[in-house]
Amino acid sequence: MTTYTTAELMVTRAAKEIGDGEVVFVGTGLPMIAAMLAKRTHAPHSVIVFEAGTVDSALLHLPASVGDSRCVYGASTCGGLFDVFALLLQRGFIDVGFLGGAQVDRYGNLNSTVIGDYLQPQVRLPGSGGAGDIACLSKRTVVIMRHERRRFVERVDYRTSPGWVDGPGGRERAGLGRGGPAAVITNMAVLQFDEVSRQMVLASHHPGVSLEDIRANTGFPLETAGATETEPPLAAEIQLLHEAIDPEGLFLRG
Amino acid sequence: MGDKIRTLSQAVAEFIPDGAHIALGGFTMQRHPMALVRELVRQRRRGLVVYGHSPGIDLDLLIGAGAVRRIEIAYVGDEMFVSPGRNFRRALEEGTIEFEDYSNFGATLRLVAGAMGLPFIPTRTMLGSDMVERWAFSAAERSADAKAAKQKLAWMDCPFTGERVVLLPAANPDVAVIHAQMVGEQGTVRLLGQTFADEFMAAAARRVIVTAEQVVAEDFIRRNPEQNCIPFFRVDAIVPVPFGAHPTACHGAYDYDPQHYALYAEAARQGGEAFAAYLDEWVFGPEDPWSYLERIGGTQKLCELKADPALGYSPEVHRR
Repeated sequence: MTTYTTAELMVTRAAKEIGDGEVVFVGTGLPMIAAMLAKRTHAPHSVIVFEAGTVDSALLHLPASVGDSRCVYGASTCGGLFDVFALLLQRGFIDVGFLGGAQVDRYGNLNSTVIGDYLQPQVRLPGSGGAGDIACLSKRTVVIMRHERRRFVERVDYRTSPGWVDGPGGRERAGLGRGGPAAVITNMAVLQFDEVSRQMVLASHHPGVSLEDIRANTGFPLETAGATETEPPLAAEIQLLHEAIDPEGLFLRG
Repeated sequence: MGDKIRTLSQAVAEFIPDGAHIALGGFTMQRHPMALVRELVRQRRRGLVVYGHSPGIDLDLLIGAGAVRRIEIAYVGDEMFVSPGRNFRRALEEGTIEFEDYSNFGATLRLVAGAMGLPFIPTRTMLGSDMVERWAFSAAERSADAKAAKQKLAWMDCPFTGERVVLLPAANPDVAVIHAQMVGEQGTVRLLGQTFADEFMAAAARRVIVTAEQVVAEDFIRRNPEQNCIPFFRVDAIVPVPFGAHPTACHGAYDYDPQHYALYAEAARQGGEAFAAYLDEWVFGPEDPWSYLERIGGTQKLCELKADPALGYSPEVHRR
């Protein structure tokens, strides 16, 4: 039996959201590791795009930021933010974008700007960065975040990255021509979105996590019928993570 | 040498007065003009308005030193090292500076519009986000500032297709400060690695200061003009300052310095006297850029950070 950490389960599951040949927009941390794993396993022809300006980097060493020099090595092209955001993302060439956030609601709207009142915050967060752009303009998005009741909320304090906005037709009403969240991968579960209601539903629970645990950590009603158990990582995937992708333990520290 | 060569002290005194609207090149932990940022603090600049997309320790240091009045940005943090900058966070939580949130693409497009001489630019980004709905910098504050856009943004339906677009006001900073690996002695700039929005910052700004690892003969940099990104006549001042981006990285020259980031992060987290002590030690203390480099660890440290030319960074840097 393969031993693995929850973070390793999350990235191996997230990697499966990437299809071979797809163009993937990823940020720093677990999304980067998931995309690197996908490229080394089932999706060797996927293309990793970083917002700071590089396309299809070789990634010999794990970058600590999308602005890291490690993103440049072996890239097909290396430019700046405009090249990636305007010519690839807004133009419509990003198949899947990865996102995170401090809060998410049932429609997959994400907050990475502020906890509390916008003008008089309890906690100020880093802000959108490229997240709002990825959420608006990718063909679909995948969210990776911690599953806690204070994070899975009825209403996000600030909608940094629009998901399905306010439900069916919400993106169209906002003027968004494409996209929307496909999956949310947490430390407890994988969630997807009902095609009619656009609300989050449980797709699978991780091994050892009960439906009660998940409901207790979700601040809105959650449909759980039909949920399966998340496939655990393969030994070969864990070996790749430890030996090839994050040997320094930058983001997968024990 | 050309007549644009300045010291840090001269460049700041001549081009960046109190209240200036500035843009600083680089992105998160890469190629920020840190030596000039420290000089802004030494000359006790106040009231700066800073435009950016994803700044990091550069903006956080200026905010912590009390130099900043307003920021119009998308993100502040150095990702795995300092996220978000604690001085930035404290300033917004305590309401001590004005701010406006855009996305990285939105913030970049404002500089693109400024660079093209347009008053605004349409985009599809930020639709459905609170960045469109929620404005921080008030109309009263905007009308009191002649250089501020009259509003954060606007939106309209495209007259040709009927599609909804967001309209972003151009950003035209008074001064852009870019840290380059190489600049010709007349001002032609070459950037290695990712360029972020540096060339748009320079084009949008009225004045351009380039701090550089190396100043080279102009005819040398012109042998490969396709590698250059800012024409010589747009550059007003050139400041030679080796390792001038430290503790951020400078692609092809040296890597970021995780040890320095760690001590900055702790000082910024504590704030108050701890941050004042950081400024005393690293900003006010060193008599010149050379003694700063001695303080960070001298020759041994610089050799550790020095980029492997095959990679553009140093695989020897200990990041945990």
